[in-house]
Amino acid sequence: MTKEGQVLIEKPKESKAKNVGEKTETVEVFIMGKSYKVPAGLTIMKALEYAGYRYIRGCGCRAGFCGACSTIYRKEDEQKLGFDLACQKVVEDNMYLVQLPFVPASKAEYDIDKIVPKDSTIMGIYPEIARCVSCNTCTKSCPQDIEVMKYIQRAVRGDISKCAEISFDCIQCGLCAMRCPADIKHYHVSQLARRLRGKYLDTKSKNLASRLKEIENRKYDSEIEKLIKMDKNEIMDLYKNRKIEAEEEGEGGD
Amino acid sequence: MTVIEGYPDYMLKSIKLCEDKREKNMARPVKPMSMKAREEMLKKYHPDYMEGTKRELKVGKDKGMLLYNGIVDLLESRTVIDSKDIDLSKIDYDVDLLIIGGGGAGTVAALFAYESGVPKDRILIVTKLRHGDANSMMAQGGIQAADRQEDSPSLHYLDIYGGGHFTNKPELARALALDAPGIINWHEQLGVMYDRHEDGEFQELSGGGTCRNRMHSCKDYSGMEMMRNIRDQARNLEIPVLEFCPVAELIMDDKGQIAGGVAFNLETFEYYVIRAKATILATGGSGRLHLANYPTTNHYGATGDGLIMAYHAGANLLDLDTIQIHPTGDAYPEPLVGILSTEKIRGLGAIPLNNNGDPFVFPLEPRDVESAALIKECKEDRGIVTPTGMPGVWLDTPMIEIIHGEGTIEAKLAGEVRKFKRFGIDMAKQPILVYPTLHYQNGGVEINEKTETILPGLFAAGEVTGGVHGKNRLMGNSLLDFNVFGRRAGIYAAKYIKKAKIGKLTLNHLDKFNKMLEQANIKPKKSAPIILPEYRGEMAISRALDIF
Ligand SMILES: Cc1cc2nc3c(=O)[nH]c(=O)nc-3n(C[C@H](O)[C@H](O)[C@H](O)COP(=O)(O)OP(=O)(O)OC[C@H]3O[C@@H](n4cnc5c(N)ncnc54)[C@H](O)[C@@H]3O)c2cc1C
Ligand code: SF4
Ligand code: SF4
Ligand code: FES
Repeated sequence: MTKEGQVLIEKPKESKAKNVGEKTETVEVFIMGKSYKVPAGLTIMKALEYAGYRYIRGCGCRAGFCGACSTIYRKEDEQKLGFDLACQKVVEDNMYLVQLPFVPASKAEYDIDKIVPKDSTIMGIYPEIARCVSCNTCTKSCPQDIEVMKYIQRAVRGDISKCAEISFDCIQCGLCAMRCPADIKHYHVSQLARRLRGKYLDTKSKNLASRLKEIENRKYDSEIEKLIKMDKNEIMDLYKNRKIEAEEEGEGGD
Repeated sequence: MTVIEGYPDYMLKSIKLCEDKREKNMARPVKPMSMKAREEMLKKYHPDYMEGTKRELKVGKDKGMLLYNGIVDLLESRTVIDSKDIDLSKIDYDVDLLIIGGGGAGTVAALFAYESGVPKDRILIVTKLRHGDANSMMAQGGIQAADRQEDSPSLHYLDIYGGGHFTNKPELARALALDAPGIINWHEQLGVMYDRHEDGEFQELSGGGTCRNRMHSCKDYSGMEMMRNIRDQARNLEIPVLEFCPVAELIMDDKGQIAGGVAFNLETFEYYVIRAKATILATGGSGRLHLANYPTTNHYGATGDGLIMAYHAGANLLDLDTIQIHPTGDAYPEPLVGILSTEKIRGLGAIPLNNNGDPFVFPLEPRDVESAALIKECKEDRGIVTPTGMPGVWLDTPMIEIIHGEGTIEAKLAGEVRKFKRFGIDMAKQPILVYPTLHYQNGGVEINEKTETILPGLFAAGEVTGGVHGKNRLMGNSLLDFNVFGRRAGIYAAKYIKKAKIGKLTLNHLDKFNKMLEQANIKPKKSAPIILPEYRGEMAISRALDIF
């Protein structure tokens, strides 16, 4: 504990791991084939840093949102390759791992304002999706547990909305595209589907439209101007006594 | 092999208490604090008010200003670049507009600069990691905009201003509130998939310190959904981006204007001289400085570089005596410590509980107050201490399923569910353990409504700036911030470019700054900006040799 009552655990100390786990304090991992002993319970990312690596590539958000840290691993004596995010996956004993900081994958360029969303739209822009052989490798590689094959097949069928919905949690890590025997760039395909849905298919808000009109007609200008000019005590009172919607409902809206 | 599955027994006992009292806790929520009670809570338990966290800056434009120690340390460091090492006569990139930072604000600025007539090949985005590796990508909860009939931009303004303890620059708060609906509309045109009701109206939640429900979300990947769309748009337009090339210092000209920057290729260690008629600073926040020793929610590149380089050139700073700690960082299990659990969890109805399963605070106080209340509970030994010594309190997530129906958590908090599932915790059935974490840089480089800094040629937008949120930012207002001010920066910089004339390039300001350090009798051990945090194991560092 520091004087702030805080524990800074970005840099783990060896002793810290021992209570978390059940038995072992350290595990052996092989970073691109080379052995290192690291404290158990660390993520792959923190384990690499512990071992002395300083990230330039392969590390973005450190929290499972950016897809920079795609990692492939295999445990000794295991047949299966594992796919995961270095910032999320905890190291295991005898893990052989390599990070893939970059996946070359060409993205189609398009003008979203000029596309008409039809059944054939996605297929027209990414024709290779027709070559999917339904091997399901993409789904098995996805660290987000997304049904990747399913969204590709929805795209093939022209179901833009469903493709968008199933793929929504995609962090564009590229692991699926890395493995696909049909060379499909899944995450670019689904990006297009989501934009099409958001722009063209979802019903739009009427409230927003009328608020925009009001703002355009400068309805709130003088009201806000008054607040800006108000003396400090007066605006403090106003703030203090304003009605809070959530409180009245006793819940967080929705 | 060590597999961490679920909670240890002693925590399960405390969880049992939460379960037993759940019905009662939901029926009788804690009321919001009075203004006076809030003030007292902050004074006693928030790091902004504690001794030893801050000190006066001894050098530069804002000499005498009180700032967090970690920031003063960097502002009182040597410039990272020695002017003698740089040959300014060879220009590697000659552009109209340099945008430093490929996150939300930077990318939005590029799109609007393009729309305002700057040709794409006269724009250059230069960024530290990949395009989009940024705090913007990580935002979960959502974005505020007053578009419901029950709501108005004036009420939004009042929330922003009051939430910031009446310290915001009013004209910036006004821009934020008034531009907001227009931003949502722009997002619709780009294709951002917002959560909506059947009739197309947005699903809007409440957030800490907001008087109306105005939080728009895209599941719990709101920032990612925005950033993906904005980036896709920039890629379709082929706006040039240099990745893994952080700008280390700004370049000026002999007329005292900002005239570009020196970028540093992280992989080859080469430098590039970039000359630009206008420069937009969009480098984001500084969570990775771990001010006051807090863990952080921020991305790897959030090291406050923009503050430092702008200060070297003579810009002024605001409100860096406050930091935003987010009340609900994860406290367990260890690999998740510091990572954010979105405020939306409380927006949906989950209540913080102590180790006896008792509620102790209104769940949606402004962030600083909510954080202080959590810290208090732990300091007074009513928290739970994890096996690694991390304190925390429960956030009773199963309440959400009771309020909104089974399956709500899976549907609305997919990212959160996924995160905890890896560790054998089902947040629909069990509460999660939380403790405040360093989240947001409230202040920064001062700007005006046109995003101008006091330095001609330098514009700034997003988390790097100061004044918009005053001394405390409310949830959902910084996604809004990077859009509103990113847009304005693009538009006003495009205007500025039309008349700008760059003189002879110079790095004299760096020499001047280093001399000022000397005169102030500061003997810096380090140089800044630091570009990336240092997380290598102590053992490995202590044995490292610099011979290769
Ligand atoms: C986990 C998390 C959750 C959040 N949730 C919400 C939310 O729900 N609602 C909300 O409104 N806000 C939220 N925020 C805050 C919000 O996301 C950020 O404040 C906002 O996105 C900042 O945008 P920005 O463009 O200013 O900075 P960023 O998006 O961080 O972009 C800055 C970019 O500049 C780069 N950079 C840094 N230094 C240099 C350099 N020297 N040279 C070149 N490039 C550089 C960075 O790497 C980065 O790419 C959240 C933040 C985090 C971290
Ligand atoms: S769909 Fe592909 S790119 Fe997206 S998260 Fe899954 S594996 Fe990564
Ligand atoms: S990996 Fe490729 S071919 Fe196999 S199912 Fe997925 S998309 Fe189809
Ligand atoms: S570093 Fe962003 S997903 Fe792992």
